[in-house]
Amino acid sequence: MSTETGAAAGSETSRIHNIGYRAYDGPRLGRAYARRSLYSQTLRGSFGLGRSAKSKVLPMLLFGVMCLVAAIIVAVAIAAPGTTKLPIKYTSFAIYLQAVIGLFIAAQAPQAVSRDLRFKTVPLYFSRPIEHGDYVLAKFAAMASAVFVLTGAPVVILYIGALLGKFDFGDQTKWFAQGMVSVLLLSVLFAGLGLVMAALTPRRGFGVAAVIALLTITYGAVTTVQGIAWSTGSEGAVPYLGLFSPITLIDGVQTAFLGATSAFPGGNGPGAGIGVVYLLVVLALIAGSYAVLMRRYRRVGL
Amino acid sequence: MYDPTVARLTYRALLGRRRAAILFVLPALLIVIAVAVRMFAGADDQVASDVLGGFAIATMVPLIGVIAGTGAIGPEIDDGSIVYLLAKPVSRPTIIFTKLIVAIAVTMVFSAVPTLLAGLTLNGNGQQIAVAYTIAALVASIAYSALFLLLGTVSRHAVVLGLVYALVWEALFGSLVPGARTLSVQQWSLALAEKTGGNGAITSDVGLPLATVLLAVVTVAATWYAGQKLRTLKLAGEE
Repeated sequence: MSTETGAAAGSETSRIHNIGYRAYDGPRLGRAYARRSLYSQTLRGSFGLGRSAKSKVLPMLLFGVMCLVAAIIVAVAIAAPGTTKLPIKYTSFAIYLQAVIGLFIAAQAPQAVSRDLRFKTVPLYFSRPIEHGDYVLAKFAAMASAVFVLTGAPVVILYIGALLGKFDFGDQTKWFAQGMVSVLLLSVLFAGLGLVMAALTPRRGFGVAAVIALLTITYGAVTTVQGIAWSTGSEGAVPYLGLFSPITLIDGVQTAFLGATSAFPGGNGPGAGIGVVYLLVVLALIAGSYAVLMRRYRRVGL
Repeated sequence: MYDPTVARLTYRALLGRRRAAILFVLPALLIVIAVAVRMFAGADDQVASDVLGGFAIATMVPLIGVIAGTGAIGPEIDDGSIVYLLAKPVSRPTIIFTKLIVAIAVTMVFSAVPTLLAGLTLNGNGQQIAVAYTIAALVASIAYSALFLLLGTVSRHAVVLGLVYALVWEALFGSLVPGARTLSVQQWSLALAEKTGGNGAITSDVGLPLATVLLAVVTVAATWYAGQKLRTLKLAGEE
């Protein structure tokens, strides 16, 4: 076929330069399409879909654990006679299972960005009609969606269970909506922090450790200090200390605005006043991690 | 059994620019917390025990163990540069042993030293609490390093697996299922601390003889098996 088109090219002298490659004249799907593909690939990839069986094990296991725990809670609530509501609040679920969520982010955030950096495929992405902002937006949105699926599914299971158990519809729906809002906030915050840590370290293993350090170590530190502040009689300091770790931030916001019960020592969560500070810090962290990612990718490969 | 060149390369890999940052941040955080707590609450044995047991031994030591243990060999296997090391006339168990020594040294320096400093800051070694937790950190460093070095040779998801062990098994199951505590490096090392500390200052769920035996067995077995794994190491591309 190449000989035909080559021969058709005209004069003898030009033949050597025309070996018959044809220009692409199909539809060009453009920037939005590329961004959407990047989003769906990353989202699927974070649950191991479209990747090897081995890489499905961990995310699916974590997802299974989340759903299983929710299902058990529902089963217990329905089986026990005379219950009128679930044994835990929708908002408490993610706080209880934060270790699972942390592991998911730690394992999947580096998966989403570190490998692109390490194998230097980022410049290849940018040779497509996407901009740096598109890449960051797609990865951020995909990671947040993945965490939202992980944390939202059990809340939905709890809600369906509550409705099947014929608990009060109005109350349950209201609490469910509050739970979903808190989970959404948590997903975006955690995805942002996880991606920032992962994007700073091209080594996958090291990114995992950095993410888990950010999420767990700060939580361990904050709860330890909170416990001490509580037991030594400086209860006033407890809500302020919660500002220093991601999960206690979410805890504080949902305690102040979403009717949750705080896991702080003595249930001493922030009131509406400090709650505003919590909300501002959360929003600042989300915006900050987005800005850091934009800045990080402005330089890569250029 | 100890190869200085392998050790030097491993030190450099572990303490390279960014990697060292996280190793410095964690101990610094512990010291900062210790200073803050001392200023808020004053010297108190129970508080000191809470901070050292709850934060230093339960979260900091395992995490540094994971970073040092898997970091000593994981990245090399991951990017395939381990073949250059394996091609040299150095026996595989020697490589593992050297890397283990390096990992132990790094873990000890970055976990036991800050634990001691934090303990001294918190209550000036009252009831031997600082020394007891430092001993626990030292012993735990050895076992964690051996365990996570083995993980590094077995799986390319070593860091995640190590964290699953440290966070899910020791922290989550350990607090819910009493039996899980018997199989936890943290409790074994606390058993040694229990003997050193004042009466009732530190408690462990495992007896001292059992803990010592288990620690020794885990360390030796993990090191031996890691050497065996390295002898038959298959290099696979990134999936």
